[in-house]
Amino acid sequence: MRWLFYPGFFSSSPVHVALVIGGISALVCGVVGTFTVQRGQSYAGHALADLSVTGGSASFLASISPLWGFAGMGVLAAGTMDMIGVRNQRGRDLATGIVRGAGLGLAALFLYWDTQRSSTTGASITILFGSMFTIGNGSIPLVAAFAVPALLIIGLLFRPLLLSSVSADLAAARGVRVRLAGLACLVAIALAVSLAAMTVGAILSTALLVGPAAIALKVTSTPGSATITAAAIGVAATWLGVLLAYDSFTWPPSHDGWPVSFFIVALIFVAFLVAQPIGRRRIRQVEG
Amino acid sequence: MFAPFMVNAWISASIVAVIAGVVGFFVVLRGAAFVADAVPQGAFAGAAGASLLGINTLIGLAVFALAGSLGIGWLSRRGRRDVATALILVMMLGLGALFLSFTVEYSSEIFSLLFGEVLGVSTNEILPIALLGIACILAIGVLYRPLLLSSLAPESAAARGIRLGWLEVAFLVIVGVAASMTLPVVGALLIFSLMIGPPAAARSLTSNPALAIGLSVVLALATVWIAIAAAFETNWPIGFFVGVGGGVCYAIGRVIAAVRGSRTRRAPAITIAAAAE
Repeated sequence: MRWLFYPGFFSSSPVHVALVIGGISALVCGVVGTFTVQRGQSYAGHALADLSVTGGSASFLASISPLWGFAGMGVLAAGTMDMIGVRNQRGRDLATGIVRGAGLGLAALFLYWDTQRSSTTGASITILFGSMFTIGNGSIPLVAAFAVPALLIIGLLFRPLLLSSVSADLAAARGVRVRLAGLACLVAIALAVSLAAMTVGAILSTALLVGPAAIALKVTSTPGSATITAAAIGVAATWLGVLLAYDSFTWPPSHDGWPVSFFIVALIFVAFLVAQPIGRRRIRQVEG
Repeated sequence: MFAPFMVNAWISASIVAVIAGVVGFFVVLRGAAFVADAVPQGAFAGAAGASLLGINTLIGLAVFALAGSLGIGWLSRRGRRDVATALILVMMLGLGALFLSFTVEYSSEIFSLLFGEVLGVSTNEILPIALLGIACILAIGVLYRPLLLSSLAPESAAARGIRLGWLEVAFLVIVGVAASMTLPVVGALLIFSLMIGPPAAARSLTSNPALAIGLSVVLALATVWIAIAAAFETNWPIGFFVGVGGGVCYAIGRVIAAVRGSRTRRAPAITIAAAAE
């Protein structure tokens, strides 16, 4: 087992923190992601992740915990996207892009001010690519505090969200307040990606949101099992990624470790490619 | 502001604005905002790879932009396009993170690639930027009518014998080339602001496609010129002004369209007749 679990993996405190926080984030992203993919909001999810960069860089300026900046800006951006409220997908993507562009412009400014103040650009790299092994023990309760509301939103609105994802008109006829449900879903996405931003970094959190959910929707047939499968795939990819990153401290070229975000993304991407033929075969079986 | 060391900045930024205005019009028309966003951002990873290997950054950018465009085209044949785009993007970014971890001295260079460093453009870099730009414009010119028709009425385009799959790939390649070329100037995270803000505004102002392209170029030029001037005066990053400028363009376009729409009860839209005439 020595070749798989390099000595010290199970006794290392940073690894424990990474496993717990990474696991929670992946779980929440998997659950929220199923709806993100079904509703065609992958772009909104990606944009919200990047916009939380703006919040993260602002919180560096204000010297508060980045998590508050991440989540606060995410929720604010979700509200703005909903307010522009274009009905068709093309227009919605456009509105998403515009909000994202303006938000990143602000991020550039905040990061510039950060670097002016601390005369290092290290902060921007930490915000963008995450630093799972350097998260303190104290942030675990805070992370849980953001995971619970996101899961609650999805849990309470599971049926109405599902219905309005399949057909907005049908949902409206059944008395679902489609617009409100949509906003709640965006807020849940924002909370989920700001969590993931802490673990795999703001940019790569898209992977945890979209990847496991897309795989799960390919290989399962009911919404409930898709949600559970997505969460399981996300957690598995994250934990395996942490393990590989820990092992990679002995790898070339620098013996400095490969980035954990690379491993997680690569695992998810490969799993997605593998799931393609499985999904096709399943459809063929169902059809006859 | 017009000192000799600023000349390169003005020239390269103007070229970038023209390309972004032209290519962006079709990005908006085809609803490809996510792709236009993902390709430059993923291409940034190529720059990191190129600096690791010690080759020209522009080559790394171009390779990754093309690979990303083709990958998105290939994967989205079998499923949702937004999912394919997202996964290709994160895979490229994951590689970027890996490349960055292998290099030692990176922070400020990465910051400028992400958010743009218009003053960093050297005279040697202008020629390749201009050549790639001309190639993009020529390609758009050749494909102008099929692109327009297939964006507005895919069925009728298919009936006329236009091969939609190949057209889509060709368009993605153009976006990829345009992205890799504009990246060193305005930065990976903000190119798409320039590619969708001004064209979206132009589209809501006129229904004539040629006029809309012209207007979109003018608005893009205005955005970058104001951005450079403001960045020079304040010393703030140019990306901030480009990003906010793109948003302002879009907002103005929406307001004018809304005012006009409430007066005439008809939102301006580019019609198929205009495309086929």
